[in-house]
Amino acid sequence: MRALDYVRAGSVEQAVDAHSKSQTAFFLAGGTTLLDLVKLDVMPADQVIDVNHLSLKQIEVQKDGSVRIGALVTNTALAYHDYIVAHYPVLSQALLSGATTQLRNKATTAGNVMQRVRCNYFRDGYSPCNKREPGSGCAAIDGHNRSVHAVLGTSDQCIATHPSDMCVAMAAIGARVEVQGAKGKRSIDFLDFHLLPGSTPWKEHALQDDELITHVVLDAPLANSKSGYLKLRDRASYQFALASSAVILVMDGDTVRDARIAMGGVGTRPWRALEAERALKGATLTSQNMEKAAAIALQGAKPYRHNAYKIALGQQAIVRNLSTLTA
Amino acid sequence: MTDSSMIGSAPRRIDGRRKVTGTAMYASDHHLQNMAYGYGVFSTVASGKITALELDAARKSPGVLEIFHHGNFPPLYHNSALPMSLAQILKAAKSDESRLPFEDETVYYAGQFVALVVADTFEHARAAAYKIKVSYSKNTAVANLDQGMKAGKLQDGSPNHNRGDAGAAFDSAAHSIDATYTTPVETHNPMEMHATVANWEDGRLIVYEASQGVVAHRNSLAKIFGLIPEKVEVRAPFIGSGFGSKLWIWPHSVAACGAAKVLNRPVQLVVPRQQMFTTTGHRPQTRQRLRLATDDKGKLVSVRHESINTTSFTDPFKENCGTSTKSLYSCANVSVTHKIIEVNRGTPTSMRAPGAAPGLFALESAMDEMADKIGMDPLAFRKLNVSERDESQNLPWSSNHLQECIDQAAERFGWSKRDPKPGSMKDGNEIIGYGMAACNWDAYRTPAEAQVSLRADGTAYAICGVQDIGTGTYTIVAQVVSSITGIALDKIEVELGNSSFPPAPVSGGSWATASVLPAIAEATRQAIEQLKAFSTAPKGVFAGTKADQVSFEQGQLKSGEKTFAITDVLKAQKQASAFGEAKTGMNDTSKHSFRSFGVHFVEVRWDPGISRLRVARVVSAIDVGKVINHKTSLNQVEGAIVMGVGMALFEATEFDERDGMPVNNNYAEYVVPVHADQPEIDVILLDYPDYELNEFGARGIGEIGITGLAAAVANAVSHATGKRIRDLPITLDKLMELPPTMSA
Repeated sequence: MRALDYVRAGSVEQAVDAHSKSQTAFFLAGGTTLLDLVKLDVMPADQVIDVNHLSLKQIEVQKDGSVRIGALVTNTALAYHDYIVAHYPVLSQALLSGATTQLRNKATTAGNVMQRVRCNYFRDGYSPCNKREPGSGCAAIDGHNRSVHAVLGTSDQCIATHPSDMCVAMAAIGARVEVQGAKGKRSIDFLDFHLLPGSTPWKEHALQDDELITHVVLDAPLANSKSGYLKLRDRASYQFALASSAVILVMDGDTVRDARIAMGGVGTRPWRALEAERALKGATLTSQNMEKAAAIALQGAKPYRHNAYKIALGQQAIVRNLSTLTA
Repeated sequence: MTDSSMIGSAPRRIDGRRKVTGTAMYASDHHLQNMAYGYGVFSTVASGKITALELDAARKSPGVLEIFHHGNFPPLYHNSALPMSLAQILKAAKSDESRLPFEDETVYYAGQFVALVVADTFEHARAAAYKIKVSYSKNTAVANLDQGMKAGKLQDGSPNHNRGDAGAAFDSAAHSIDATYTTPVETHNPMEMHATVANWEDGRLIVYEASQGVVAHRNSLAKIFGLIPEKVEVRAPFIGSGFGSKLWIWPHSVAACGAAKVLNRPVQLVVPRQQMFTTTGHRPQTRQRLRLATDDKGKLVSVRHESINTTSFTDPFKENCGTSTKSLYSCANVSVTHKIIEVNRGTPTSMRAPGAAPGLFALESAMDEMADKIGMDPLAFRKLNVSERDESQNLPWSSNHLQECIDQAAERFGWSKRDPKPGSMKDGNEIIGYGMAACNWDAYRTPAEAQVSLRADGTAYAICGVQDIGTGTYTIVAQVVSSITGIALDKIEVELGNSSFPPAPVSGGSWATASVLPAIAEATRQAIEQLKAFSTAPKGVFAGTKADQVSFEQGQLKSGEKTFAITDVLKAQKQASAFGEAKTGMNDTSKHSFRSFGVHFVEVRWDPGISRLRVARVVSAIDVGKVINHKTSLNQVEGAIVMGVGMALFEATEFDERDGMPVNNNYAEYVVPVHADQPEIDVILLDYPDYELNEFGARGIGEIGITGLAAAVANAVSHATGKRIRDLPITLDKLMELPPTMSA
């Protein structure tokens, strides 16, 4: 492991200030992504700014029903929070489908939003990878791309999936990411936070260099909604999604009044399927309509050599989730 | 002769407390005074030559003591390349990868040691290793079996077997199948990393090693460093499992010992998880063609099994896939051949049930396909063809209860409820599939030596150079001493895993129990003989009595009506202990064929709506002779079944076909079963002693449980889905109904 400078931030301002002074400084929260990648010599950290002592550990239910989640709230605390369990089952389920108890106890809300891709060509430290070494190419496009590579939102520069389950649920729920930088505070729509790889795959999010995520604010839950997260993978636990779906449904008798659908494991970012949602609104949930919505969600998907099955699997994740919620 | 309540009982591990309290010391737990730490630099090409090493930045890095590479590593000797026989196993010196680390500038595989940094701390060594830039002239890598077949030539991979005329019988048979099966590279992935702590003291080399064979490792280091074996001591009192990867010496151990010698201080070297996939062995990739034919009543008339496995460019490793095919079923016309092909990967090695695990996947899948072809129930088809004797050697079995295994497990499983029509058994969203397969493994017994002391304080002490690789060897050694002496288990101290102890074989091949227990028993009896001699000597408790008038009964010496406890006998003579030692040999293989048998019944559940396949239930019946410890035996079979689920559904070490680089050499992407994947497991141990093998009638149980399991799963999957998957692992994408344009 390389020698690192360690800075313990006493305030958000101090953290932001330290971060703005170096290109190779990284915020350290749970460390479940950062420390692994530093040990693998993939993230060139010369300094870590420990933000764990900032008071960003609260889950605040606001008057309008929305929830403001501190950046340092652990995945475990969020998953088992009464209000989350009662009003956002999709989020609680998504969190609990990820990683292991030990990791969830360490991993934080903002850290989960910021986690890096699992592509082995990124993590091996030597293969061509435009994320790790801009301009070096993408070994995954014609390589081994079965499990952690996308069929939606890919480019000829990068095809890695965003690995988070939590973010898929948040994309379905709707949220804002509150950040603070040298120039002050701002908030970013969750769906605008993660960037498509395009021609700049090393730019993964909308944060400016000096900005720190302080909170994620979830939209108020949809009244009378049901929601659930379905994650499909090879083994039953402790694996990133091959395909997953977060679905929120508001039914009016047999008719869909409102629907939210997001997908994991298939996209280069947490993937909201707005067109599919539109197709469901006002429709009855027949198998035909569910399959049609699912097909729309995967429209335009581009298969690579080993991951074409994800186009079908992603649709199955949506259809089964919908049918389970209305069973 | 023995206390039957102890042999075959189910005591807990006598070393369990040490393990759960963290006082059991594994190789890398040893931090010696003034110890330095190594970290490897590993090749990032699969084939080529090192053209330059940029070391300046690393040399200036804090704490660096030395950087070893092909330009400065001390010249050493090669390990023995002579064939190893079981009779000579206590003298064995063997490497699966014979090339020494840093021997030259050639790179034969990705993840090969190209340099070793030694520094004052592990972190300093790693930081410096990352600063080394290696330049290569790259060759086109041979990345897999297919590429090997195009680039190279198949070489002999014998042993082969031929009887009758399988070709002619096939051509004239009533029914036949011809199918090819493949298995990928699989990697052992024991929890404990490969690790060496090397320390030279006055010309002696003392090594803590994660080793399944301290004596063989000692012998190998002696060869490589040009020493007599007595100048080397290898210690492995605890091993965090090995599955075969720790049987023989690998480059890291030579690298650590060489570095320690040059630097004249202890060196610790741990192999990183990524390189546990590259430079410490693996199960090779196989391609196996099976041709079976039957007469019109379903009797096998022709069996052909042609196997190809990959090996490295440095060594010819042979995966003996046809080991069971020769003899499991009765057939007059049998041909079994093995060939090997070179690829740019590290050298393969034995992995739990080498040969049989991939071989029985192929054979037992083919048996199901054959049964399907002739419209027979797969169970009835097997029972019809099970062989009553070993036709490959023309010998009777020492003990074979496969028919009873099949009957008992079928009953327990509920095989009679199986509707043979594929996809016909449903439960909600899930389609249920039932499958079965036989399991089979060799039963060996090797020479072994041991010493036992019966001590004046009422305790016993046993030592042996065998290892407990997590299987329970400590405990069964104590059980044997206890069964003969009556001394309670908690008063028996056992020390294993030191090459300076009486020599014993590597813990592999499921032979440790069968080989070592006779030596322990004989040493115990010798100790009792000495005790008797003490008793009849002047001042002894039976002074003046003839030795043959003294007997040992229920833990006491007896003569006439008088009895004395062991401690009293020793106290009368002021003796610390009565001592016995023994050297026991092999079994007589000229009159019987020795194998273990069993069967797995598997229920899978396939949910086509979400493409989810899981193994829900396994019922197995295993015939391994006498079971010494019911608890640790069940533990072995259950663990092997779980490993078999991994082999069936998940495990494959993948290499990029463009350049031969490993692409999932980590614990996240190399998928093994987790707790949530574990089926309900119900294991029946038949427990018929095989006294032809040894006095306990015990064969061995570490490996048989994984054999046949993947075939039973594949057969159940075929029953559930109607799809025959011949290429492991059976991942969901292979079962999905994809439009042609979406098939990968």
